[in-house]
Amino acid sequence: MPYIANTDEDRQKMLQAIGVASFEELLQAIPQEFRWRGELSLPPGCSEMEVAQEVAALAGENSGQDQLVNFLGAGAYDHFIPGAVAQLLSRSEFYTAYTPYQAEVSQGTLESIFEFQTLLCQLTGMEVANASMYDAASAMGEAALMAHACTERKDLIVAGNIHPAYLNTMRTYTQGLGLTIKSLPFPEGRVDLAFLEEMASEETAAVFLQHPNFLGILEPQSEVIEVAHRVGALAVVCVDPISLGLLKPPGAFGADIVLGEGQALGIPMSFGGPFLGFFACKKELIRRMPGRLVGETTDRLGRRGFVLTLQTREQHIRREKATSNICTNHALSALAATIYLSLMGPEGVQQVAELCLQKSHYAQQGICGLSGFELRFQRPFFKEFAVQTPVSPGEIIRQLVSQGLLPGLDLAQYRMGLDDCLLVAVTEKRTRDQIDRLITSLEKMAL
Amino acid sequence: MVPKDLKYSEEHEWVQVESGLAIVGITDYAQKELGDIVFVELPAIGERFAQMEVFGTVEAVKAVSELYTPVSGQVVEINQKLEDTPQLINSDPYGDGWIIKVKLEDQGELNNLLSPKEYQELIGE
Repeated sequence: MPYIANTDEDRQKMLQAIGVASFEELLQAIPQEFRWRGELSLPPGCSEMEVAQEVAALAGENSGQDQLVNFLGAGAYDHFIPGAVAQLLSRSEFYTAYTPYQAEVSQGTLESIFEFQTLLCQLTGMEVANASMYDAASAMGEAALMAHACTERKDLIVAGNIHPAYLNTMRTYTQGLGLTIKSLPFPEGRVDLAFLEEMASEETAAVFLQHPNFLGILEPQSEVIEVAHRVGALAVVCVDPISLGLLKPPGAFGADIVLGEGQALGIPMSFGGPFLGFFACKKELIRRMPGRLVGETTDRLGRRGFVLTLQTREQHIRREKATSNICTNHALSALAATIYLSLMGPEGVQQVAELCLQKSHYAQQGICGLSGFELRFQRPFFKEFAVQTPVSPGEIIRQLVSQGLLPGLDLAQYRMGLDDCLLVAVTEKRTRDQIDRLITSLEKMAL
Repeated sequence: MVPKDLKYSEEHEWVQVESGLAIVGITDYAQKELGDIVFVELPAIGERFAQMEVFGTVEAVKAVSELYTPVSGQVVEINQKLEDTPQLINSDPYGDGWIIKVKLEDQGELNNLLSPKEYQELIGE
């Protein structure tokens, strides 16, 4: 965009053109009683240098992943990001957060999104994937709306051990539509099939499962999908994409919608994002799928090209009857994931997954060898596990942070009946030395 | 093209009544306005719709339009050919491109519809 100056003279001309004498006159439609007349309660101005110093001091009170050895996960994971990801992302051709508005002009951007969709289909074992969504939480909200639209039913059965933040977002998405969210109990860490059989009915639009779940545990995925299908409901599975380096993809079990958080795929952890939602489904559901979709085609000369396809699902064409209100994606985050997956390849992702599995189990065995520390659920897990602690998890976190260790998540903040549990995540980045340091520090708190 | 033996809705559907059955489609004008039709969402057989209720949608490349039943009644037949070849609506809107057949409930409702002449005026032909 060219730089265009806006002088007093320019402004005067503009006001003249629209037929008002002053800016104040332009605003006269706003009633006087709604206008702010007083002084804003702000401290006196500072110099740029003073502001920089103050902000630097505030920022210094944070401890980031650079300063702490991180065993905190719960949806945002400290995986290694190859340097090439940031290098390629910062190229100005790619540097936009959005799908291009003049889509077909930007063939390179569309091609990269097409590659993203293809990679996600391969990873999840699904037939179609969209151009990405904001995060796993919004993808889950959209899946709830889609299940309702596909089945015209109003009950959603959700595993109670899905990430609490995702469930909150889903409640926000579905409120006002008269949908009922029924929480499926997880007495032994994973969902109980007997409860599910009892709850599932002809009213069920979808069954939602997270695998591995919020507590890191593997779920009886294929059985849950089977029960969902038996009552004609959709099966929606939220997955950790890294886990798919080892685990059979949900597509192989007949899941209807597979979604998840793509932050693990080359995107830094950050408070507030941007993260990356991915969303894949069966081809037969494509007309109800939210989000943008890039398709491959040929031009009039038979050359390969890319287009935004099936746009009639979308809001700018279908208006209030659109499949969803998402007419965009997280293009830059999707590109990061595309570059990450291309660099890693199937073998690389498998290696990362294996390292996560081995290292987390090494950590779990070490921690649970300490007196008073116990694995809360004796269930197979992937890279994260809940440990019952002899001292409150909050106290453990306070003490270990001062030693440069972030030991995990205090589960007491969620009403899950796990107030004495710490949720520990171990990625491929954690060295044996770091894990041993964690165990040694926890040992001082053992009974 | 506005055939003389049909009745029309203001939403550009046509209806032909044949021994108690109402055959419904969209007009030649409508298909031209929409352009290449790529998908038709059809109702299930047995569903009942009131006059001028939405019974489906028709999708072109860059537009979507609702389909309204010109007369009340139960759907007794749908044009299954449209599932694979929706472009029949473009090539033959008054023939092979018919969309649904409805069991006519109230002959009187036909009086609420437009005559060919009135429809021609509506579309400015």
